[in-house]
Parts: sequence; C-alpha cells; structure tokens
Amino acid sequence: MSESAAALDITDLVFRYASGVADVLRGVNLRIDHGEFVALIGQNGAGKTTLAKHFNGLLKPSSGSVRVMGRDTRAAPVADLARAVGYVYQNPDHQIFAQRVRAEAAFGPRNLGLSPSEVEQRVERALALVGLREHADDFAFSLGRGQRQKLAVASVLAMEPRILVVDEPTTGLDQAGARGILDLLSTWNVEGRTIVVITHDMTLVAERIPRTVVVNDGLILADGPTRHVLTDASLLRKAYLRPPQVTRVAQRLGDLGVAPDVLTVAELYRQIAARMGPS
Amino acid sequence: MEPADDVAIRVRDLRFRYPGATRDALAGLSLDVCRGEFLGITGPSGAGKSTLCLCLKGLVPAGEFSGSVSVAGQTVAPGSAYVESSALVFQNPETQIIGLTVAEDLAFGPENLRRDPAWIRAAIPVYLDQVRLAGYQDVDTYRLSGGQKQRLAIADALILEPEILILDEPTSELDPIGKDQFFEVLERLRRERSITVIMVEHAAEQLAAMADRVIVMQHGLVVDQGPPDQLYRNPVLFHHPQAERAPQISEVLFELLQAGLLPASQFTAQEEAGIQRLRALLENSVQSVAQRV
Repeated sequence: MSESAAALDITDLVFRYASGVADVLRGVNLRIDHGEFVALIGQNGAGKTTLAKHFNGLLKPSSGSVRVMGRDTRAAPVADLARAVGYVYQNPDHQIFAQRVRAEAAFGPRNLGLSPSEVEQRVERALALVGLREHADDFAFSLGRGQRQKLAVASVLAMEPRILVVDEPTTGLDQAGARGILDLLSTWNVEGRTIVVITHDMTLVAERIPRTVVVNDGLILADGPTRHVLTDASLLRKAYLRPPQVTRVAQRLGDLGVAPDVLTVAELYRQIAARMGPS
Repeated sequence: MEPADDVAIRVRDLRFRYPGATRDALAGLSLDVCRGEFLGITGPSGAGKSTLCLCLKGLVPAGEFSGSVSVAGQTVAPGSAYVESSALVFQNPETQIIGLTVAEDLAFGPENLRRDPAWIRAAIPVYLDQVRLAGYQDVDTYRLSGGQKQRLAIADALILEPEILILDEPTSELDPIGKDQFFEVLERLRRERSITVIMVEHAAEQLAAMADRVIVMQHGLVVDQGPPDQLYRNPVLFHHPQAERAPQISEVLFELLQAGLLPASQFTAQEEAGIQRLRALLENSVQSVAQRV
C-alpha cells in the first residue's frame, strides 16, 4: 500500500447483494485523501453502510473499483486491509465478543502479530483514550451502552489503523458520551489519520466535521465543504435530511440580514448580537 | 389532588438496585403522569431511564425493588404480570424483533392479545405505512437496516393500540425525516386516541416541540422537570459544555438572555416561537437605528 496514493479512491462502484434484485450502490465515485475528516450522511437504507463496508474489503464491488492506499480491495489480502482500515460497527454488540474489556481491546493488535509488550502498550493507550482504563478488568457486557460503544472504538484504535471508519458512533450516547467520542476522533484526525463517520446527527457534523458526502439511493448526491452541503435545504430534502435547527432558523431570518450559511449556535448568536449592537 | 381517573401512572419512592451493583439504579423516584400527557425523559447514560421504562411496562428486572408503581390502575411489582394496556419500544430493536418476516413480527403482539385474524391482516399494511415500511410485509427481518428495524419495533408497539406508549430512545437510529415522521404519527395518535406517551429521548428539539413536560433524570432521581419552555432555561442542567443538549434555538436565546439582549419572559425552546422572538428583536433594532438616523 502506498502513502502517496489517496486513502480511498472509489471509481464507478456498483454493488448488489448476491440474493438482491436491485443495485444497492449504483455507480459511486469518491476520493478521500490522507488526513481528511469526512461525514457520510443519508437516509436509512441509502447505502451508507454498504459503501463503508467496501472501504476495508468486507464487501467487494460487483463492478467498478475500490482502492485503499492504492491497492485494489479485490487483490489485497484481507489482513493488509484490516491493518490499514479500522471499522467500528453501528451496534457495539455486533463487535464485542471477549469476556473482559482488556481482552476485547487486545484481540485486534494480537492478530496483527505484534509482540505481547507492544499489544499491552497499545491496549493501555486505547483504553486510556476512551476513558475505560479503570474498567480494563470488567466484564465487557456489564458496561453500559455508551461504554460498550467506547470499547468498540478502543478495540479498533488499538490496531492503530491509518484510516478509521466509524458507523453511527454516537447512537444511544448522551451528550457527554457523544462529545467524548468526537473529541477522540478529532484528536486522531489531527495526528494525521483519515476518519470517515457515518451519522444522522446533523448538529455534530455541522460543529465538527469539515467535509460532508451525501449518499442517496446508491449514489453520491453531494460532496463538499460541510458549510455548503448542510446549508442547502432543498438538496438535503431530496435525501430525507435537513439542515441543523440553527441553520433553518437563520434562513428564515434572511430578509433581516442574517447569513443563510450559519452552522452553529455560536454563529447564529453572533449574527443576531451584531445586528442588535447599535441599539 | 387530581381525581384518580386522570392519573395514568403513579410511582412512589421507587428504589431499584441490580444484583451486585454498588448503587441504586433508581434511588427513591416519585412521578405522576396524567392520562393523555406526553412526558419526555432525558438525562445522561446510567441515570436509570431504561430501568424506569421496564418497571412501567411491568417488566421489573431481577434485583432489589421497593416503593410502589401503579400503571393504568394495575400494581407493578417483581414477578407481577406485565401491563397489557401499555406498550414498550426497547432501545435496541434487535431485542424486540422475533418474527422471521416483517408481517409475522407485526402479527405476534396482536395474536397474543387474541385479536381477530382478519383485523390483524388489515392492520399490518396500515401500521407499516405509518412507519414508512409500506410493502415490506414479506421481507425477512434480518435483512432490514438498523433504522428499518427501529421503525418495525415502533410499528410492533403501535399495532397493539396501547393506552400508554413507553418509548426508550425510539428514534436513535432514524434519519431526520424518519424522526419527524415518527413524531407526526405520535401526534396523530394523541389527537385521535388521547394516548399517554412516555418517551426517553436525547433529541431535544423534538422533545421541546411535542412534550407537555420534560423530566431530567440523574443518578436514579428526577432532578428537574417542567414544560420545555421553562425546563430548558435551567443553566445548571443545560447550556454549558458538559451539559445535555438543549434545542439549539433555546441555546441561542439563552445566550441573548445572558447578554441582556432578550427579556427573560421572551425565552422559548420552540423553533417557531423562537423565530418570531428573533424576528421581533431584529425588527426593533432596525427601527431604532432608523429613528436615530
């Protein structure tokens, strides 16, 4: 695999499940460079998860190609892909299988053939990052939903992949939990890793993720800076999505001079306060 | 005190502790819910929200239980029959879906309540349509996506036509329009059948729009409650980095309030009302500038 090639390079990807009648992905073209932080949004059933499962070779294209760091996923050994791309499932219970927290986090790095001391170091680091160090010896399934989600992330982080794909990381988490996971992903992104997040949480995307890709009906409907994509209400409507509440509010106040591309609470506050300043 | 008929749910000093746990999941919680009320429940993970939902359905988990719970006149205790007049949608739809096909899954509940088979056959497409799964009758349930499973679980509850609907984060895996459609279904059910709704939800904007009252739970207790316009002004529970999310419109208005730019009486957590408040503020400042000029 090559560091100089794009992290993910997808060309004319068509995919149909063996038993399926219709194509789930109908010709997807997408390029994600190293160090990018990308949100994949779209309605339930749009093909987001099916697309993401191509990123680590879990699924192979029916036609077209998926290249991970330059390697075609149909030619690359699964072990190489697993090393390059970490995948955190939507439902942590689909992923967690070890009895104890520590054993769960150690499974991935051990299978990469690392030395026991390296495995131990990585497990410690990953558990510390997600705030589960003091639970290392607990039973994995005695953890609450939010903690199980963090464990699922830690297990993948411990493999230290170059590319991290996270499917709905904040589902079922409270605000503190969701923020914790996002802080973690941001930190990893700043360190140069490529992060792709599948989510329905438009507020989270607006606040934290610079590039947004809209998947609709097996195709890429839009791809660009989050500020362009998430403020385009008519485009989002086609994908059964809508802008965050502050953006909708700002757009209703456009006749009073409020900018239509507001993405966060702080931005809308500044817009309003600035217009009230002179009084 | 209200007449007993108006109370759908009465909980008094409810304590519950899971086996081997070091603290109570529910720590002496008391709560009344009126018939026809829409009660929202929010609060951090581990606050006891899901445990409360289980108790309200009569599914008291194994553990230490004390206090009293009465749902639609039926007393709930460990080992008591589950409450037939209420329906519970679990947080994780996987724990609820048992049918091999969507139609089988949907039929399971009403069959067990001995509903007429012809009624069930007619009801299945109606309820699938309500959750945007029209035409899915014969689809294998294992093929459904996370969001589709969640919508099926919701239909499983709705088809029971319960008096009390208990929803534990029912929309966590739904897309924004799916959330809206689900809330529209709830709104219609309330209008047509004055159903009582208890909903655990982190989506503050929807809670603010729909709930008559929202309670905030922490450590097994109710720490604050009130109509959304009042509750979402609480600066201890909301509006700081560690806080639960409040509706974004309320966060903007709260900041304006703090800055002295909005009178306290004008605070709201509702989107439409909030837009009107902001509009009035901006129009006034335009006028005052114009007057000075």
